[in-house]
Amino acid sequence: MNSIFAAGDPLFDHGVTWIVVLIVALKVLVAFGGLMGSVTLMIWFERKLISDMQSRIGPQRWGPFGILQTLADGIKLFFKEDLVPAQADRFVFKLAPYLTLLPALITFAIVPVGGVVTVAGHTFSLQVSDPPIGILLLLAMSGISVYGVMLAGWSSGSKYPLISSVRASAQMISYEAALGMTIVTIVLSSGSLSTRTIVDAQRGGIWHWNVIHLGVVPFVVFLIAITAELNRPPFDVVEAESELVGGFHTEYSSIRFAIFFLAEFMNVLTMSAIMVTLFFGGPAGYVPPIPHVQWVFPIVWFLLKTTIFAACYIWFRAALPRYRYDQLMELGWKRLIPLSLGWMLIVAGFILSPSWGFGVTGVVLFSSVMLGRSFEIGSDQESRNEVLPKVGERPIPGHVIRALSDGEDN
Amino acid sequence: MAAHWKTFFGGFNLTFRHLTRTNVTISYPQEKRPKQPRQHGRHVLNRYEDGMEKCIGCELCAGVCPADCIHVRGLDNPADHPVSPGERYGYIYEINYLRCIHCDLCVEACPTQAITESKMFEFSFSNRADAIYTKAELVVDDMGMPQRLPWEDWRDGEEDMTSGWMRATSPSGSAAYEGVIQWSGDLGVGVRIPEAGQSDGRDDSATGSKQLRDVFSAHLLPEDVPASHRGVAGARRKLEAKMPPALKKRLLR
Repeated sequence: MNSIFAAGDPLFDHGVTWIVVLIVALKVLVAFGGLMGSVTLMIWFERKLISDMQSRIGPQRWGPFGILQTLADGIKLFFKEDLVPAQADRFVFKLAPYLTLLPALITFAIVPVGGVVTVAGHTFSLQVSDPPIGILLLLAMSGISVYGVMLAGWSSGSKYPLISSVRASAQMISYEAALGMTIVTIVLSSGSLSTRTIVDAQRGGIWHWNVIHLGVVPFVVFLIAITAELNRPPFDVVEAESELVGGFHTEYSSIRFAIFFLAEFMNVLTMSAIMVTLFFGGPAGYVPPIPHVQWVFPIVWFLLKTTIFAACYIWFRAALPRYRYDQLMELGWKRLIPLSLGWMLIVAGFILSPSWGFGVTGVVLFSSVMLGRSFEIGSDQESRNEVLPKVGERPIPGHVIRALSDGEDN
Repeated sequence: MAAHWKTFFGGFNLTFRHLTRTNVTISYPQEKRPKQPRQHGRHVLNRYEDGMEKCIGCELCAGVCPADCIHVRGLDNPADHPVSPGERYGYIYEINYLRCIHCDLCVEACPTQAITESKMFEFSFSNRADAIYTKAELVVDDMGMPQRLPWEDWRDGEEDMTSGWMRATSPSGSAAYEGVIQWSGDLGVGVRIPEAGQSDGRDDSATGSKQLRDVFSAHLLPEDVPASHRGVAGARRKLEAKMPPALKKRLLR
């Protein structure tokens, strides 16, 4: 059995029996429940950590350390009035939250959570599915998830959400390219799209992890691009509270608003997991020689690494101010895309042969110098063509100065 | 360029260091910050040590009140059972707390220190009539303590160091009279000690005040903490603050 959805999984080697179906159903249930549970924990963790970083207390009323706060918020939101604006496109308005939630759930299906285990004669890997298109599913789903944001903003029939949806789609296009190019770098070195194969290629110690194996650059580009994809600070221009009220979810209330938030935090977790899978060896790590519980340690390693990245996102939010929209575009188009493209070429060259590698490196270095120089010339041109001088450098007209002064000078 | 990167990663450094600091927020209804000694709270009408009321019904407080919230009417003391030692006493004394701005001008105006302010500010009403406190609520009880009315949030120790503004005010506002007592004793409390002036060095344990620098030095950036709160001097200061007063007196004097 070698279907498109489960090529690598040894579970399907001996045909599909009812116990195989049961195992698959169990895996889906555990992944769904675990993800839902960890999202509520993630929201609590974010609020608690960011309040600690700001010398506040944070949630503390519900449960020990306020750990049930998310549950209380969820119940509260569930019983709130569900509003649909009169100007809204009702069908799309109601559809949009689910369009953001589903990709977040589906993306997690390709993440290898643990190793390969054998239970009652059935060997299977600890991940919901291992499709041969693997990592392309991630790109597809992150592409679809922006539809949720975009349609939510558009269908609200209100100005701020509309601006937000325009920003979301533009941001998506700018950063998807850099994201795709770093993924190509990984695919080049591991020779497969399947996440299980990518994880297996990083086996054998910390030096084989992609973060070091490919140089740190693809990881940094991926981290920045994925933060922008997630609309997390400092790239949260889509839901910038100080500019757009709430962005795309301004008009949403009740359970639909809750779904947006659930999807956002679920995306944070999923993308942390993806990052661990692609760059940090997934569940790889030291497994102590204790019999019977060896399958636990990869899962623990995986959860540990994912938690560290989730904490990183919270740290970003606490530490960094929001990028201006033009800065965001500049970073995406002028820095990240050339950087990831050049690095991809260098990696491809070195995979072919060292001589090719050094040749391509030279070409990339030369063209990056050219690119840098052309950006410089371009910005000079721009400043010369400015209609108005910068704020603070504008000369104040004489009659304004006279009006502002006490009048003694005239 | 180097400075640019320093400011960029400085944010990460700062937020990370804040993880180790104590939180500024306190869980308010359960715990409270120490109140300042001159806190302007709800008024009390004091009595002399023999139980007589201090108020003489002169209406100076009502006259000086910028919010026009005090209503006083005096009456001649009944010859057989006088209420106050002088000729007249405050027959009606009402303060409308919907108008009061707690400026303490009434305390400064009072010639007999009859009206002072406690530190208690946590009280609320559900109708306008309840906001008008009469003599029944304002006069101190037979122990000389402010009445703990059921809708007010008194905690233990809050009555101890009250009348701070009166104790801080030197006679005729002159620095030469700093620390000179010009007020009479109170029922149950005796003569309240004056608040130490700026020229005399502070005795915080006697007046119950706490410097904001001490409270917040854990939350300031290192360069913003004054030299007296840093390093060896700071450690000594902290140790001194924790010492019981008796031990401190024996060691330091």
